[in-house]
Amino acid sequence: MPKKAAGRDIPSKIPGFKEIKHFEGAFANTPLVRKQKGSRTLPRLNKIVESLEQAILKSGLRDGMCVSFHHHLRDGDMVLNMVMDVIANLGIKNLTLASSSLTRAHNPLIRHIKNGVVSRLITSGLRDKLAEEVSHGLMETPVLFHTHGGRARMIESGELKVDIAFLGVPSSDVYGNANGYTGPSACGSLGYAMVDAEYAEKVVLITDNLVEYPNTPFSIHQDHVDYIVQVDQIGDPEGISSGALRMTRNPRDILIAEYATHVIEHSGYMEDGFSLQTGSGSISLAVSNFMRDVMLRKGYTASFALGGITGSIVRLHEEGLIKRLLDVQSFDQEAIRSIGENRYHTEIDASYYANPHNKGCATNKINVVILSAMEIDTDFNVNVLTGSDGVIRGASGGHSDTAIGAGISVIVAPLFRGRSATVVDRVNTVITPGETADVLVTDYGVAVNPRRRDIYDRLKTKHLPLYSIEELYQKAEKVTGRPEPVQFEKKIVGVVEYRDGTILDVIHQVKD
Amino acid sequence: MNLIRTGKAGTLESSDVMITVKGHSENRVEIKLKSIVEKRFGRHIRRQIEDILERMEVNSALVDVDDRGALDCVIQARLETALYRAAGIQSLRWEEIQ
Repeated sequence: MPKKAAGRDIPSKIPGFKEIKHFEGAFANTPLVRKQKGSRTLPRLNKIVESLEQAILKSGLRDGMCVSFHHHLRDGDMVLNMVMDVIANLGIKNLTLASSSLTRAHNPLIRHIKNGVVSRLITSGLRDKLAEEVSHGLMETPVLFHTHGGRARMIESGELKVDIAFLGVPSSDVYGNANGYTGPSACGSLGYAMVDAEYAEKVVLITDNLVEYPNTPFSIHQDHVDYIVQVDQIGDPEGISSGALRMTRNPRDILIAEYATHVIEHSGYMEDGFSLQTGSGSISLAVSNFMRDVMLRKGYTASFALGGITGSIVRLHEEGLIKRLLDVQSFDQEAIRSIGENRYHTEIDASYYANPHNKGCATNKINVVILSAMEIDTDFNVNVLTGSDGVIRGASGGHSDTAIGAGISVIVAPLFRGRSATVVDRVNTVITPGETADVLVTDYGVAVNPRRRDIYDRLKTKHLPLYSIEELYQKAEKVTGRPEPVQFEKKIVGVVEYRDGTILDVIHQVKD
Repeated sequence: MNLIRTGKAGTLESSDVMITVKGHSENRVEIKLKSIVEKRFGRHIRRQIEDILERMEVNSALVDVDDRGALDCVIQARLETALYRAAGIQSLRWEEIQ
């Protein structure tokens, strides 16, 4: 019988065990443990590396790989540009860049695309100059636009393999326990980044706030993290979150919010224990405030709010009107404070939030969702990605994830903005298919999707200005005039993926 | 209507239009249009301005239009006001307003 490292006699065959892998010493097969002979201390290694460049080199990043980022630092994000500049200096090319979304902070990507560092973008949205350049044919490969749930699905299923995730975190300890609600660059929930941390081949954390171990409660777990880089600043607080958003004084928005609240109250979906998701737009915020009045009047409480959490939802939670909050993304300072303080303000990851192919996502459990629209057509298809001129300037986000999941999806939008009509005969880009959009509320009237006869029947006696969506379309065109169609080139610059991974639409290059 | 000085009306607020008019050095009508909805309403806006100039019998005008998505009624009001100011007319000629 062979003698093994611990000096025990162990046979090479034991009934019921296919193969015996013999003990070779306490440190032999645990590479991260300190190997000093006779050391009896627990692993104390930290994962700090001196610089971003070192982290990138250690991670094994090569040409053609996929790097990922999150957009929780929103317009204030400094991490993506910081990392991409170092990657560019290292001469690495032809990367796929998968970020949960891209904001106006990411215009410097234009240069990296022109120089061949980045050849493909996978994102929920594009804004500002980067979006304009892409719309004018910047890239050879079209941008893949996904929903928040769709991104989690493609990462979890392995359809999108992330080689290295570079995740900016507002606080981390030396071992990689990180959260988003402590530190000078606090952003709240890290829901989108949690998926990357779990599934990426290598995970690099970038933080400006190194704290004592263990950094509990943590959103990103030490067992997923390879390297940690400390930098001066990961984000500009001004761009990360807005302060307390005030209730709008715009009479048009208030009117729409009043109609929407009336619709929700009488839709059959607002009852004691109901659940809701509201967005961060000014109309949405006003609806939250008006719904509070209805809840107080009727003595209702909501079981939970999902989202996209804002200060107005936090207020309802702290008043006891909404029992629990499920938060994939914290929109303002109040939400960021609350997720750190409130026991039942729970952080969730993007898959839990909206992945259509897991065993049950939270969007399936909401009664009411309030959604915005850049355009909606007479088939109720909604566009939140391209403007009336056909140029990309938005994000798919959780729009279609929540529209299909909710009992009632309420689209709130002014009938026209400037002289661009919101209600059109055909949207430039479909993000949410019309079969999942239930009610359109505008300042000129309300239209119920003919598929939702049940909702129409409940609303028809409730003194709402009900019209068919064709009638709203005609009202809009009467005011704005009939626009000439947008001219497009043949080249495809964007591909819109539905949450289930099928291709829903394509976006063409705009003609100048 | 004769334009004897530069007339201005409007603002650069969203949904408004800033219109500047003066007599043209070559005694003709020239429209310089800048609009956020140029692609979809540019021709429509030019046609509307030409119609108003014709109706108000303006034959020499350099019209500078900076449009922020104004509706037809706004464009009409701003242009008529700018023209009156350029022509030095103090009181509204109701018969010329449609």
